[in-house]
Amino acid sequence: MEFKPLTCDGKPKIRFLVVDDSIFARKNLCRLVQAFGGEVVGEAGDGVAAISQYDATHPDIVLMDITMPKMEGIEAVEHIVHDHPEACIVMVSSVGYQDNILSALQKGARHFIQKPVKPEALYEIIQYVLSDAAAQPQATGDVHS
Amino acid sequence: MKMDLIQPFVNSLDAVISETMGCTAQIADVTMDEGHYRRSGIAALVSVTGEIHGSVVLDMDNQAAQQAATDLAGAPDTPTEDAVREAVCELTNMVIGNAVTQLNDRGFKFKVHPPEVYATEEGQGGTKETETIVMRFETPKGTIYLNIAIRYNSRRARDSAAGVLTA
Repeated sequence: MEFKPLTCDGKPKIRFLVVDDSIFARKNLCRLVQAFGGEVVGEAGDGVAAISQYDATHPDIVLMDITMPKMEGIEAVEHIVHDHPEACIVMVSSVGYQDNILSALQKGARHFIQKPVKPEALYEIIQYVLSDAAAQPQATGDVHS
Repeated sequence: MKMDLIQPFVNSLDAVISETMGCTAQIADVTMDEGHYRRSGIAALVSVTGEIHGSVVLDMDNQAAQQAATDLAGAPDTPTEDAVREAVCELTNMVIGNAVTQLNDRGFKFKVHPPEVYATEEGQGGTKETETIVMRFETPKGTIYLNIAIRYNSRRARDSAAGVLTA
């Protein structure tokens, strides 16, 4: 499947931070990011590393797992959004129950998608989040499963 | 073990295998395991704690595990041993994550821990408090076993015994 390269605000490439404790899942998400015409500027395997990677790279989009060692994704979202309210974070997790989703959105995540990820669904979500962020920098999130 | 605990895992495995490997998974056999579970191929374990407590092992024979790694990577190259283990962990994460989502939305509150490679030859078995059920699924790409050793925690067990919980 081919995707039109993602763009926003005239940027040549959308910059992504990919956070997942599974190397395999990270590789797959990175492959999708490249298929979407994006650039992976950082990877992290837990919430603590995600925070430092965010500070170092200031990505346009973060793809964030929830269940991870050291610090879970929802807690990492809270830290990142506290310091960077403009952060665009999409939760990507196999665990998609209501409490988790609501908690992630309340902490500042912009969207949620459940694994296994359908590439076209993730593409649409990223497009939506980017356009929503451009129009409304601190929008509240939505859910897609 | 009540069927309302098992069914979400069956549904989830079928859906995830269909989505990621593009094939069906049919239940071929179901047994109650009183001894220790012996893995047959590459396996990963996920623990759950809370109102439902225990662990679930997803075990794929070598053919199914190799094929899962190839399908999940979306590349025809022969996967390395590490890639196969990673793929089984990720598939386990998806199957159990989707199942516990269904259980949680029915009102059971619990936490899911990250998957870990299940390397021991002998591992979890049934106990006085926790029954273990082993389901064998046949797919065109190999055999998959799902070993479920979970129980309601005390409050839920009391409610269940009193007939408060329904599927």
